[in-house]
Amino acid sequence: MKTVQQLTTLIVAMAFAGYASLASAILTIEITQGVDGGLPIAIVPFGGAGKEQPPQDVAAVIEADLARSGRFTPLDKKMFVARPTDDKQVVFKDWRIVKAEALVIGNVKSVEQGRWQVEFRLYDVFKEKQIAGYSYVVAGDRLRAVAHQISDIIYEKLTGEPGVFSTRIAYVTREGAAKHFNYKLQIADADGYNPVTVLNSVEPLMSPAWSPDGTRLAYVSFEQRRPILYMQNVVHGSRARIAEFNGINSAPAWSPDGSKLALTLSRDGNPEIYVLQLSDNSFTRLTNHPAIDTEPSWSPDGKEIVFTSDRGGKPQIYRMRADGSSVERVTFEGEYNARASYSADGKMLTLVSGAQGRYHVALLHLQSSVLQVLTDTALDESPSFAPNGRMILYATERSGRGVLASVSSDGRVRQLLKLQEGDVREPAWSPFITSPPPTKE
Amino acid sequence: MNKKILLSLFGMMALALTACGGSEATKPGVEDKSVGAESSGVGTGTGVDGKTLDAKGKADLLAKRRVYFAFDSSAVDDESRAIIEAHAAFLNANKNIKVVFEGNTDERGTREYNLALGERRAQAVDRIAKLLGVSADRIKTVSYGEEKPIALGHTESDWALNRRVEIVY
Repeated sequence: MKTVQQLTTLIVAMAFAGYASLASAILTIEITQGVDGGLPIAIVPFGGAGKEQPPQDVAAVIEADLARSGRFTPLDKKMFVARPTDDKQVVFKDWRIVKAEALVIGNVKSVEQGRWQVEFRLYDVFKEKQIAGYSYVVAGDRLRAVAHQISDIIYEKLTGEPGVFSTRIAYVTREGAAKHFNYKLQIADADGYNPVTVLNSVEPLMSPAWSPDGTRLAYVSFEQRRPILYMQNVVHGSRARIAEFNGINSAPAWSPDGSKLALTLSRDGNPEIYVLQLSDNSFTRLTNHPAIDTEPSWSPDGKEIVFTSDRGGKPQIYRMRADGSSVERVTFEGEYNARASYSADGKMLTLVSGAQGRYHVALLHLQSSVLQVLTDTALDESPSFAPNGRMILYATERSGRGVLASVSSDGRVRQLLKLQEGDVREPAWSPFITSPPPTKE
Repeated sequence: MNKKILLSLFGMMALALTACGGSEATKPGVEDKSVGAESSGVGTGTGVDGKTLDAKGKADLLAKRRVYFAFDSSAVDDESRAIIEAHAAFLNANKNIKVVFEGNTDERGTREYNLALGERRAQAVDRIAKLLGVSADRIKTVSYGEEKPIALGHTESDWALNRRVEIVY
């Protein structure tokens, strides 16, 4: 039986083309706690000149995006006294009546076979002027992506911060019954749509980590019946083993410039943090302590690395220079603090903080050393910041099943992302995607 | 009765037995001794009653392929040590057999820390086996961290079953 298990069947999605359509399980988002006081915004259903219906309701995707962020309150369309789809039809008084501060209009027209033109305009209702306006021509299956791009523009124009609606999330699913579990490493849009399976295995997968350019994932796979580190190009599907020493090969963390990986190896008998220089495949050991040292994460400027160590008796967060020098403890509150990672501005860490057998997502404000617990669920793990620092995505347990959840970094907005069946865990929020995501053309 | 309850009952019985000082060896069971000795491979027959009973005890211990740990600990208790000693004796008597110690944790805390903790547990068992004369080239250790629970629930009794090292031949 063991030999059967050793002959682990692996299906690597070599290309994304067509694969997305095979993905059955989709993460659905439920807003478990919203906020009053988001910026009131009127999103008018988009018009369309042709008879043909676009395959996506672009305005509805934008509305859901903005509502989910917690920073906007899309207004009820029943209150609208007009439904402009064109600049000439906009009467600002109509929108002051419904107390909209911002207005979005647009239309989606069929331009040629399978291609659509999307136009949108964003207005400041009080200043009575257009803030943004763009036009796109795309294939039907890119309409959701365009909607997310429009949401990003609206978010940035109105909040002054970049939106994360076009980013993606990686996570691990576990389906099937005990002893016959099947694990998948998947990538989906930030709203759970378009899931794509990157790796399929009968052995556990963990710790996916995005490269800063969003093209590669490093992760741990037990497919060889032990923890080995792999790197996979998520655009082409090609992958390589990057560390397969005796013992543990795990906890990958990319340096901000993408040239190095910090990781945990126990090849010398004890878990220590190393840096792998990707250009020459050289490993440099950073820690040297008989305790457990693991879960490294780089500061955004690349000068420091935080990590988990139980050198003080219990797991706590420590910080060192990227060359391994000047180690200092940074968490003192709580019995158990682990798996820290930095916010994009470097001012906060999100981490797992445990006390009395309960493990919550927390924020550590580095300047003040204040530890702020954000969640009240008991089995939270693997928190990661959205690239704009506004939300934290993590794994938790709900009704006995593994689910993902997100919480805004001010603790006010909460969401649950769950699968119809099975467990989902190990979320990792992508960086801002600079290269276009793969298309299915 | 479900398996989980059975297992935890078994665990409690084992605890109770250790608590009253190795009463396991004194229970009636002379009839079983050949069976026990056979499966353990240590029934060379010294002819001394005490030794026979000892072999029987070892056989029971040898049937146990899991040793358990306290939360965030890799300390081996007396009961676990006795199990590891029985397996070490078996390995010393059967030089062609190899063993894997698989370290596991419960689901609480972070996965990467638990991977390290699972390794520490596997190494704790490995160290005892080596001290008892089992050569290093016959032992492998691996950690699965919290990735391979045997009890899938989220209660203290589930967690207690998952904090373990599996002795795999």
